[in-house]
Amino acid sequence: MAETADHSSPEEFKKHLGQYYVVFVALLCLTAITVGVSYLHLNRPLAIAVALVIATVKAALVAGVFMHLISEKKVIYAVLILTAAFFLLVLLLPSLTIFESVAV
Amino acid sequence: MSAHPADAAIPHTVEPHPITGLPNGKFGIWLFLASEVMLFGALFSSYVLIRTQAPHWPPEGGLSSEILNVPLATVNTAVLITSSITMVLAWASCKMGRLDRFRLWMGSTIALSFVFLVIKYFEYTHKFEQGHFPSTNNFYAIYFTLTGLHGLHVIGGIVVNTFLLTVGTRLWKVDRDHFTNRVENAGLYWHFVDLVWIFLFPSLYLL
Repeated sequence: MAETADHSSPEEFKKHLGQYYVVFVALLCLTAITVGVSYLHLNRPLAIAVALVIATVKAALVAGVFMHLISEKKVIYAVLILTAAFFLLVLLLPSLTIFESVAV
Repeated sequence: MSAHPADAAIPHTVEPHPITGLPNGKFGIWLFLASEVMLFGALFSSYVLIRTQAPHWPPEGGLSSEILNVPLATVNTAVLITSSITMVLAWASCKMGRLDRFRLWMGSTIALSFVFLVIKYFEYTHKFEQGHFPSTNNFYAIYFTLTGLHGLHVIGGIVVNTFLLTVGTRLWKVDRDHFTNRVENAGLYWHFVDLVWIFLFPSLYLL
């Protein structure tokens, strides 16, 4: 979207604005849903799963549309894939210490 | 090459760099955001470790949602989401050549950032009045560290956005595209701050 926006006239650009409002409303709705679900007091694994799925969808909307990641250059995807790999590593590293303590 | 001021200018502020295909500023801000993912990621990882090892969470008993103020945090989530769209609209106004609209939306973004901080201030002072500090237990240590670091990022965003709204606007008269790119980069940072909160809110308050 950023790419097309760079080459379009202000009039054409205005047409892109609609999707920002759609995402905005979607984000507010998802926030309401995640708070609403928390009052249902689901069992813990299910509650964590639901909350994280909703948060991930919201994050994807923000990154994809507001940060126009949907139509970004390859080099940024490469940076983000590398970041995601290291983030997973950092997230999983502690579990190695847990396994170690269990073994001892 | 002479020491003419033009030679000292940072290249590729508007024209994409031939290797990355991006203006340098945008590539730079994405690399910065990647480092930010690791900063928050390490803390989030610590949170997961501490929490999974705790016999009960929160340690004092009850539920996170009973200890922390969910309604206030929900309002704050909405405030941040709204500030994200006003930030997009500020950038879009630049794209459409409307500096007056830019001022309106950027001003709104900064105002919403202050609303977020004021609500956070009330949350914090309420906890302090009850005698809950980062040193109280792991729950409050994690809560204050993560939300505190996030709050510092909000303050950082206010500083950058206020610069763009005030003295930074002078660049608009010289080089519109360059200024527009600066607003876009500030926006990428701001949306990231929103994104972090999107994960902090459910994991700290609701679960």
